[in-house]
Amino acid sequence: MTNDTAPKAAADVAPTPNLLRRIPWRSIAILFPFLAVFIALSIGSPAFLSFYNVGNVLDRQSGILIVAVASTLVLIAGGIDLSVGATYMLSAVICGTLILKVEGGAGAALGIVLGVLAGLLVGVINGVVSTYLKINPLIATLAMSFIILGVTKLVSQIGKEGIGQLRVDVDEFTWIASTKPLGISLPTWIAFVIVVVLAILLWRTTWGRYIYAAGGNAEAARLAGIRVNLVRISTFALSGLAAGVAGVIDLARVPSVPESDAIATSLTFTVLAGIVVGGTSILGGEGAIWRTVLGILFIAMLYNGFTLLRIDPLFQGIALGAIILIAVGFDAWSRLRRT
Amino acid sequence: MPTETADAGAPQLEVELRGVGKSFGGLPVLQGIDLRLVPGEVHGLVGENGAGKSTLAKIIAGLYTADEGTLVVNGEETGFGSPREALDRGISAIAQELALVPSLSVAENVYLGREPRVLGFIDRRRLRKKFVALAAGAGFDLDPDRSVGSMRIADQQKVEILRALARGASVIVMDEPTAALSASDTELLHGVVRQLAASGHTVVLVSHYLSEVLELCDTVTILRDGKLIRTARTSSETETTLIEGMLGRTLDSVFPDKSPAPAGADEVLVVRDLVAPGVNGVSFTVRAGEIVGVAGLVGAGRSEIAHAIFGAARRSGGSVTASGADLRPSAIGSALRGGVFLIPESRKEQGLVMQRAIRENVTLSNLAELAPAGWIRTGAERREARKILDGVTVIGDDRRSVSDLSGGNQQKVLFARALQRRRRVLIADEPTRGVDVGSRRSIYDLIVAQANQGIGVVVISSDVEEVLGLAHRILVVRGGRIVGEFSGAAMTEENILTAAFADPITSEDA
Repeated sequence: MTNDTAPKAAADVAPTPNLLRRIPWRSIAILFPFLAVFIALSIGSPAFLSFYNVGNVLDRQSGILIVAVASTLVLIAGGIDLSVGATYMLSAVICGTLILKVEGGAGAALGIVLGVLAGLLVGVINGVVSTYLKINPLIATLAMSFIILGVTKLVSQIGKEGIGQLRVDVDEFTWIASTKPLGISLPTWIAFVIVVVLAILLWRTTWGRYIYAAGGNAEAARLAGIRVNLVRISTFALSGLAAGVAGVIDLARVPSVPESDAIATSLTFTVLAGIVVGGTSILGGEGAIWRTVLGILFIAMLYNGFTLLRIDPLFQGIALGAIILIAVGFDAWSRLRRT
Repeated sequence: MPTETADAGAPQLEVELRGVGKSFGGLPVLQGIDLRLVPGEVHGLVGENGAGKSTLAKIIAGLYTADEGTLVVNGEETGFGSPREALDRGISAIAQELALVPSLSVAENVYLGREPRVLGFIDRRRLRKKFVALAAGAGFDLDPDRSVGSMRIADQQKVEILRALARGASVIVMDEPTAALSASDTELLHGVVRQLAASGHTVVLVSHYLSEVLELCDTVTILRDGKLIRTARTSSETETTLIEGMLGRTLDSVFPDKSPAPAGADEVLVVRDLVAPGVNGVSFTVRAGEIVGVAGLVGAGRSEIAHAIFGAARRSGGSVTASGADLRPSAIGSALRGGVFLIPESRKEQGLVMQRAIRENVTLSNLAELAPAGWIRTGAERREARKILDGVTVIGDDRRSVSDLSGGNQQKVLFARALQRRRRVLIADEPTRGVDVGSRRSIYDLIVAQANQGIGVVVISSDVEEVLGLAHRILVVRGGRIVGEFSGAAMTEENILTAAFADPITSEDA
């Protein structure tokens, strides 16, 4: 350490570190494992890089992608939403029940609209509970997800009238999944549009800027005149809305309601895993949509690779867990170095 | 003076520092310090915030390790070690935050961890006897059985000092011991320091209060920007010579010239009977172009008043009027629309979003104006941010994260946010806390320039000199009330401190 008396002001004049140091490694870290696995799978399995396989992966991930990008906003704003899985299921069940009960085109339309709106309503409730009622969002949304799962069962009992599974194999509804503009499935298109729109909103609007400020330093944002609670509620509302959209889309793809708490829970966990692996901090104030997209696709690609290479699916969970630990560890490590 | 009364009770310890230097994160905070502590003397360390006096005190006490230089104790060179090693040598520090166990008695606290024991049980009789002997030796009159939590802070400090003495300390380092004390407690502590010196102990006293240093110390060392300016007998120094040594210039040039107080100007801020958490009925006015200083001790309710005016804290009574318009309670938006802006006390916690860009931090409060229909015009934002940042002299790429800036420049970024729009009232809470000497003047210039443009400015500061140097009129706050108002010739450090330090008023509220 040199002890020369450089004038203090010099420390603030734009430093010109070499190029390597100027790259924000933390924000682009996800790129490296993503590309590595992508290249490895392309070489290791000829089936991987086919239009059919990639299209199929994207189609199946569209629902999760929609939920994950919206949830990313919640995390950046300093919250967390553990109820997305339950909301997703609630929307699917409401939508399916209406289709069966009302029938025809009207039933499909009503199912779609009310299914999506149910998600929005849950999101708004989550937001209000975790801001104005001052209940920690982790606990608030955890509690909400139990409530929602209960309500889901109530609704589904009306739908299936006590027997079997909700099946909505009607053309007026399943066209959502089967239409393929330009050879790519409509769910993939919808996910693509939502991702792009949210990314632009976050990047270029005051709302996006306020989301970062609310999560980065809520008190500073408040004193700057930003209505932090409203900003946070808007992210929760969006997250609920996205879960509703995803629930409806996936219902059209399957098209029966996969009614089980385990699926709801696993969706929530996968969404959070994708966000965290992408490099968005769970502490708020940092993160980006594109990173979450890469994070989710990275996990999907990994699972797809395990299947193609015929590796025991048993190892999928273990590998994913290890990757999350590495991602979060890297995040903590780079924070430590920065301060 | 006290040197001749040195008794044999404490071992005489001659401590010398040679060429001591210390850096934090590559920034040197101390360089080439040579210092000799004479047994039985009270040695004062003075300097501005950031001059390095606390760092030096911590090095002497073994709390910090110096990067270079040597420590010589009784002619023997020793390394800088841990607090424990320093204590073994006979050097002990009295922390600002007292480390006592409130529920234990005085004697138990003094011998905490070294209680005389019989078969593992504490021998209370012997403990008491040892304590009485120790307290008598130091000339302290303390009840050994009283629980420490019920004592006043000055007495708790005595306990802390006795603990140091019980461990055989002969050099005692005190960092701002009177900062949290009331006037009468301060007197008590001064007596303690004199007593210690009289019994042959060396006291290192770090203090902001120059009168205290002049009164108590035999020798004083002045630090400025991490360098030792001079060590001199206190008898040859005055407050003025100390200040000039600390600043490297005369006091006049620290602050910009004051414009005459605007006499007949409009009242831009009228506060009537304001009641809020920590604020118990405050009324005052600020005229256009006037700088009103708010002084008082930490915790007196200064920031609470600012927050209540700004609508950041729940206002339960009274009214706030800015340029004739009533501000709604608990609504920051209403205050901003009324032209009131608050630069909060803590940059890190309340001011800046540290991980975001400088530019975004500047425009955060007025982003809507640069974003028709919510869509940010990045070109306009870039130009506007650059223009304001030039105005407050923050140079460099404004896309860098604001955490890359020094404390002074971070403060200027907050000022930039305030200046982005024309305000009517600007409240600056501790505008120079943690700001280096160089940037301080430019922040003062910004404040004065605002006032000269006809904006009413409220400056809240713990630094009495700062309030005196800037304000046309000074309000002193204690217990959430305004307890003194001074202007003109009545604006003296003594008047302000007397009002601020007076014993806690026995509040009449049930």
